[in-house]
Amino acid sequence: MANFFEDNNDIRFLFDYFDMKEIAQLQERETPNGDADYLPRGIEDVIDNWREALRIAGEVAAETLFPSAETVDAEGNTLNPNQTVTLHPLVQANLDRLTQADLMGFTLPRKYGGLNCPILVYTMATEIVARADCSFMNMFGLQGIADTIYAFASDEIRDEYLPKFASGEVTGAMVLTEPDAGSDLQSVRVRAEQDADGNWRLNGVKRFITNGCGEVLLVLARSEPEISDGRGLSLFIADRGPTVRIRHLESKLGIHGSPTCEMVFDNTPCRIIGERQRGLITYVLALMNGARLGIAAQSLGVAEAAARLARNYAHAREQFGAPIEQLPAVADLVTGMRIDIEAGRALAYETARICDIENNTNRLLERNADALSADEKKTMKQKSRTLKKLNAMLTPMSKYYCSEMAIRTASDAIQVMGGSGYMKDYPAERYLRDARITNIYEGTSQLQIVAAIRGLTSGVYQSYLAEFEAKTYEDADLEALKARLTAAREELAETIAFAKEQGGLYVDLAARKLVDCGIDILIGHYLLGQATRCGRKKKVAAYFVETRLPRMAMNCAAVKAANTQALDDYLEFVGPAEE
Amino acid sequence: MGYHCIVLVKQVPDTANITGDAMKEDGTVNRAALPAIFNPEDIHALEAALEIKDRFGGTVTVITMGPPKAADVLRASLYRGADRAILLTDRRAAGSDTLATSYILSQAVATVENYDFVFCGRQAIDGDTAQVGPQCAEKLGIPQVTYLEKIIDVQGKKATLRRNIGGGWEDVETPLPVLVTVIESANTPRPVSAKRYMKNKYKRVPLEFAPDAPEAAEAEAQGDMLEQWGLDEIHADLQRCGFAGSPTKVFRIQSIVLKKEGFASVEPTEEGIRGLVHELIEDRTLG
Repeated sequence: MANFFEDNNDIRFLFDYFDMKEIAQLQERETPNGDADYLPRGIEDVIDNWREALRIAGEVAAETLFPSAETVDAEGNTLNPNQTVTLHPLVQANLDRLTQADLMGFTLPRKYGGLNCPILVYTMATEIVARADCSFMNMFGLQGIADTIYAFASDEIRDEYLPKFASGEVTGAMVLTEPDAGSDLQSVRVRAEQDADGNWRLNGVKRFITNGCGEVLLVLARSEPEISDGRGLSLFIADRGPTVRIRHLESKLGIHGSPTCEMVFDNTPCRIIGERQRGLITYVLALMNGARLGIAAQSLGVAEAAARLARNYAHAREQFGAPIEQLPAVADLVTGMRIDIEAGRALAYETARICDIENNTNRLLERNADALSADEKKTMKQKSRTLKKLNAMLTPMSKYYCSEMAIRTASDAIQVMGGSGYMKDYPAERYLRDARITNIYEGTSQLQIVAAIRGLTSGVYQSYLAEFEAKTYEDADLEALKARLTAAREELAETIAFAKEQGGLYVDLAARKLVDCGIDILIGHYLLGQATRCGRKKKVAAYFVETRLPRMAMNCAAVKAANTQALDDYLEFVGPAEE
Repeated sequence: MGYHCIVLVKQVPDTANITGDAMKEDGTVNRAALPAIFNPEDIHALEAALEIKDRFGGTVTVITMGPPKAADVLRASLYRGADRAILLTDRRAAGSDTLATSYILSQAVATVENYDFVFCGRQAIDGDTAQVGPQCAEKLGIPQVTYLEKIIDVQGKKATLRRNIGGGWEDVETPLPVLVTVIESANTPRPVSAKRYMKNKYKRVPLEFAPDAPEAAEAEAQGDMLEQWGLDEIHADLQRCGFAGSPTKVFRIQSIVLKKEGFASVEPTEEGIRGLVHELIEDRTLG
């Protein structure tokens, strides 16, 4: 039987590479687990369970999701005349399969019927699902909604909803975007009003809502009409029902299996999550961080699918009397795709691992505060703050790098396949259409860069890298590569200082180049770490460092040129907008 | 309430991945040389039983006959949703042909008692006889429905089932209990459930422990021990088991490669049919 976990050497390598014991100890220590009859017996058992969960996900992905993807893409979901949505029967069947496999409560505590897996393992599973059907990942990946309920809602709401998520009875939607509030969520206008009895109601229109037809809706709405910015927004939970109408199902470039809804709330009863006014600034930001990592995983999955297709094609397709993979230009493309995926995976999985440590540290602080000594508490609070800042940089870096990588890879896959790749005979064109959303939703690449550049300019990046630069490698080759990365980081630091001297606007203009440099150096270090455990990875690290450092030098040189014409000569360059 | 389904499953050598030493000199299967898997059609039989449980309620008991290692298929069944699993294992059952096997299995089914359905895969990929299921039904004295295509409905003590009859189907109504053999097109087996894996992965049969191993007592105390029956537990007549109960003797195994290719068209007339029969007798396909 085909299995997208078993056949993926890199994911299996990384599963063994990361210190799963450390994560397992944290994950099992601080999660209230109730009296489930599937409790693990010790740490090794926990790790075996995670591996099995991935194996099951890999089998369902390969055997069920993958074969249905083409039909789902061609046929899509249906908007009914009564303003409800019927999922494509295969999408529904796929959801049922994952429910049977008990994979819909992947990260939830056992108390609610979940598997209590860490984000790192969930990220791997998400990638595996996305490789089979990129659009279906939006169903699987929406488990972050349940995590948000778990993190911030009252016990009453948790007890009511979380078991339903874990059992697959419901799916959810993050209902944030509006016609006039896309990247700028501060301008959300949907109103939440409280009546004399304290009951909340929602009114207004939301747009571009992934799975807006789901049963459980987390809605960002303005609860304080007098406050016009983000502080006037709160987060609400509402059930699908007659007061929620799906007005329109978007017709879009890719991810056809994922219904994108325009929805109208007409006096919809709802309940508040957590505290008033913290909707955007606390809860949605947390929700988004998880979702962004999910998109990074989705990007990895679709890139993996495209790269495999192209790799096999390059081997089978003969031109000029030999397989085209023997042509330098093709070998370069196929190799580049593979290394790019492994680079992205190194970054995204490391980010997930750090998220797990941060989340578990926070849980420990929140739920076991009494058991901790004052000193312990102080150390942990400090750790939590440091990790939070680090994640605030790594998560957007992962989302940015992986989504751009997926689009590059899917496009290169078509290139390798030439005319055949462009035709519908192969799924290459679908992979590109599907990948294209990843650098847009859950925050565009441009927004990720805005978030990531803060880490570079504030010193978070420098102190994080110091840890890697302090390492010594027994292998002289790795030590030499490390020295080059260290020199590169010094050059980057200089360049950042230069950009800052030019002013804030220039930092914004140069941000993409600076973030690209930062990510390349960081991934270089991750790959060095992997290289200590695997001969092939040593080659990957060498290739990566040698091909990326020149690009970094180019980026630094471009930033130091201090060219601001894109702003200064904007109108002259682009001309007036057409009426 | 609900229905009690018994599923007869078998661990078989993976004949889809044959290696050079798959056969022994004496013409029997070299089981050690092949990976052991869940007989494919038996997974569909299990799925049919789980479908009955999902749609109409009830429980599922899985029985397998084989060496201790066959407990693998019992665990795999528990991971998918079976409630109870029994290993039939006894050295005196070695060498059983389909007649003896069906006798032993029917004794086991009778010992379990109170069943409404017995599901079997149509055939096992190691012998391809498709005899054990029907023979069990005969010995149990219950009706049989072979080549299940679809479970249409179950009401009270009556089931409506669709059989595949090759190029078509027929719907049949049968009283319960009934024995049903299942083919691959009947359903899509469900995946392993992660939680059921976590819950059941430590389950073992006694013979999987070394004699007097302390782990065995531990497993017993933890509730991890699966049921293991020998021929005595099922009150079997030893004369009908193992070599003694097996009239079949494999004389010789020969690999036949069919040379003729493509299609031949036969007119649906007296003459055409007569010509076809004649040709089949000539090349000894018939007679």
